[in-house]
Amino acid sequence: MSSYDTLRHFADSWGLVFMGASYLVLVGWHFLPRGRAHSRAAATMIFKDRDETEADHG
Amino acid sequence: MERLVLRTGSWFALALAAFAAAVAAADSGFAVHMGIVSAAALLVAVLTMRGADYAGIARGWLKMPADEGRYYDDVIRWGVIATVFWGLAGFLAGLYIALQLAFPALNLGLEYTSFGRLRPLHTSAVIFAFGGNALIATSFYVVQRTCRARLFSPALANFVFWGYQLFIVLAATGYLMGITEGREYAEPEWYVDLWLTIVWVAYLVVFGGTILKRSEPHIYVANWFYLSFILTIAMLHIVNNLTVPVSFLGSKSYSAFAGVQDALTQWWYGHNAVGFFLTAGFLAMMYYFVPKQAERPVYSYRLSIIHFWSLIFLYIWAGPHHLHYTALPDWAQTLGMVFSIMLWMPSWGGMINGLMTLNGAWDKIRTDPIIRMMVMALAFYGMSTFEGPMMSVKAVNSLSHYTDWTIGHVHSGALGWNGMITFASLYYLAPRLWKRERLYSLRLVNWHFWLATVGIVLYAASMWVAGIMQGLMWREYGSDGYLVYAFSEVVSAMLPMYLIRAAGGLLYLSGAIIMAWNIGRTIAGSPLRVEKPMHDAAYDPAVDKPLIAQPV
Repeated sequence: MSSYDTLRHFADSWGLVFMGASYLVLVGWHFLPRGRAHSRAAATMIFKDRDETEADHG
Repeated sequence: MERLVLRTGSWFALALAAFAAAVAAADSGFAVHMGIVSAAALLVAVLTMRGADYAGIARGWLKMPADEGRYYDDVIRWGVIATVFWGLAGFLAGLYIALQLAFPALNLGLEYTSFGRLRPLHTSAVIFAFGGNALIATSFYVVQRTCRARLFSPALANFVFWGYQLFIVLAATGYLMGITEGREYAEPEWYVDLWLTIVWVAYLVVFGGTILKRSEPHIYVANWFYLSFILTIAMLHIVNNLTVPVSFLGSKSYSAFAGVQDALTQWWYGHNAVGFFLTAGFLAMMYYFVPKQAERPVYSYRLSIIHFWSLIFLYIWAGPHHLHYTALPDWAQTLGMVFSIMLWMPSWGGMINGLMTLNGAWDKIRTDPIIRMMVMALAFYGMSTFEGPMMSVKAVNSLSHYTDWTIGHVHSGALGWNGMITFASLYYLAPRLWKRERLYSLRLVNWHFWLATVGIVLYAASMWVAGIMQGLMWREYGSDGYLVYAFSEVVSAMLPMYLIRAAGGLLYLSGAIIMAWNIGRTIAGSPLRVEKPMHDAAYDPAVDKPLIAQPV
């Protein structure tokens, strides 16, 4: 088989599986039980010490 | 002293080298460009030699506050000014070429002012000069605030800003002189590409360095989007611009790829320039400035993570939809189409996430014109990311491809999404960066909002009609088996739509001029404009009395 065919078949078999799995891991990571508090903290982080940032025009 | 001599000497040497290259140039365009580089280097050399605090003088002239804060903001202030300036230039060029399509006499019979040369000037001015400066400025602002760290290497950040302006000037003058690689959104020739690569690596170092020295444990999601934008653009830019120059002293080069491989590389680049420059980078603005302006956290942080990874994993495969019904293998076309359709989900997830950030504060749309702009930007993000996948379906594409529908689609995204979110971010930034109480005028923001919105509606609607009409006329066969319309008949049928489009562009430009005035007055520190507030609780003294008549 030519390298084109080899790569082509890798892309729609194990390559695809690898990409799908890494996507699920990367997204799933944030849906672990401890992720909820972590996400809330991250979302409100931009408002922390508002007074100080206001003084720093942020 | 020795250091000053060394620095000045290096700049002089660079100016001399560029001058020698201009003298020995193989073509006149290259000579002009090397002349520009030489002049720029000479200017820096003279400024360095005289040793005055030019940054300080400019700060005074532009009323920038002395920079003693925790953050390095001077480069961001320059970025805000550059964004406004290039925006006006780019919109004006767009209006002019729109009028050229309606009135061909405006080509003026000169090669330098012909549509073919002004069009890349317009696209690059709005995407790379206006959008690029907005991205660089906001990314430096956001990364410092969310990492709670001062910018890594302010000197390098200044190099990024001024180096990027030199790139813009070289690219723009090159288009006018006919120097182009002929690759859409990647027109600059090899030596300008190399310069941009240097600037971009410096940008990555400044941005990445700031993230590394952060004092906040978590990297806020906006920075993920900015970082993916910087990294992906670096990769796309390098691969798509692999060319072999004809001469190292000439402006012409040839691509390393040929035929359909070249076309696929170009549209892998082209579509991801849309995906990572115009989408990921501007989503980063959205994820910081919308919550800040609305004063409430993003609706769902987890949704923003899904949004991020889905865009990363899907966008990179969507490019082949630009090559439907070409020599590209059919499976690759289908792959591009399928991934484009899958992009619907993260795009709408992101739009919903942005809009729902206003949940419980919807009244701000009425009272805060900046929020109104952000909401309109998100609405257009949703609309154009709905339209795009639809147009990537092969059957739809067979009608829409090569017609003005594509132009309408691009502009609903560019004017509606990129433009509106940038304007809103500039309005957010200006009073904070110059330490003003608030913007010079909120009513003028409202004017800008309506002029821009009506302008986009005229633009998009006329281009839909023009595009679909064009597509249907091109494919119309008579009973005798011949095409019904000549190409020229289709062109003349487009005139009314071209006029409406130009009117829309004029409105959009007018809005931007109002913004330039408003931000200019804010920077100048002039007293706030006396105007009726956007919102007031109603009060009627005539009815403010007891219901029952009181004994006198």
